[in-house]
Amino acid sequence: MSLIDNINKAFDHRIRLGIMSILMVNDYADFNMLKELLGATDGNLASHTKALEKVEYIVVEKQFIGRKPNTRYSASKLGKMEFKKHINALEKLIGK
Amino acid sequence: MESNKYLEDISEIKNMMSRSSRFISLSGLSGVMAGVYALIGAFLAKLKLQAIANIDWHDLSGEDPIKIETGLIMDLFVIAMGVMVMAIATGIVLTMYKAHNSGEKIWNISSQRLVINFLIPLVTGGLFCIILYQNGFSSLISSTTLIFYGLACVNASKYTLGDVRYMGMAFIILGLISTQFVGYGLYFWALGFGLCHIVYGALMYFKYDRK
Repeated sequence: MSLIDNINKAFDHRIRLGIMSILMVNDYADFNMLKELLGATDGNLASHTKALEKVEYIVVEKQFIGRKPNTRYSASKLGKMEFKKHINALEKLIGK
Repeated sequence: MESNKYLEDISEIKNMMSRSSRFISLSGLSGVMAGVYALIGAFLAKLKLQAIANIDWHDLSGEDPIKIETGLIMDLFVIAMGVMVMAIATGIVLTMYKAHNSGEKIWNISSQRLVINFLIPLVTGGLFCIILYQNGFSSLISSTTLIFYGLACVNASKYTLGDVRYMGMAFIILGLISTQFVGYGLYFWALGFGLCHIVYGALMYFKYDRK
């Protein structure tokens, strides 16, 4: 098995990489916080969160704050594990 | 080169991790200014105390000593409040300026977390000082402000630039030492809130702001 196998395709985009980085150090983040930090448009961010949700790396929670709908994201156990593997692989590749 | 892309990825990960969990627009210069205000405040307080010391207590000629004492306490309270308001206002303005330049919002989740975690030990310390005064332990108030301010900085450092942690520790140590030198509270206070702020503020300014 070569090192490149640990490079996860799911994280192979700046926005998805950013979403995971944020969720690794925060218990959760809502849509607006992600949008603000990543400087992404609504549609763009939504499609990337959907992709991460599909592979079950993040958990999506929809709720209401007052009357406003609010979407909260957090990293799943699987997502955290895979992201750590991904970081390790990146570091090894750079080290070479 | 492929490995350049990986390097970029790693730095993007680091950047996002720190930007999303820490408020990094805190201005070092605001620390320096807070120190300057504190030294001015300490100097004014010293003048007030000297004026009291020069009163001839045997010949008060109708003046009420209790009135003089409450007057002094009020004066010192006003000076302390003035220093605090000026320091906070300057801090907010300079931080807003820095946040604006780096594209960070001043009131976001990171700064809210920073303020809340800073205020918990600080407000506790403030209330405890009132309790000390209530029970006649006024001599310990300056040590207590130093210690609790230090604890507030250590606690808040997890949510902003890590250097704040070491400044907090310096305050705690200074506060504990000052408990052994009753009557020199004002000097320790000037050393902490004045000098410590200026030194750490300048260090942070040169480390982060001047880029």
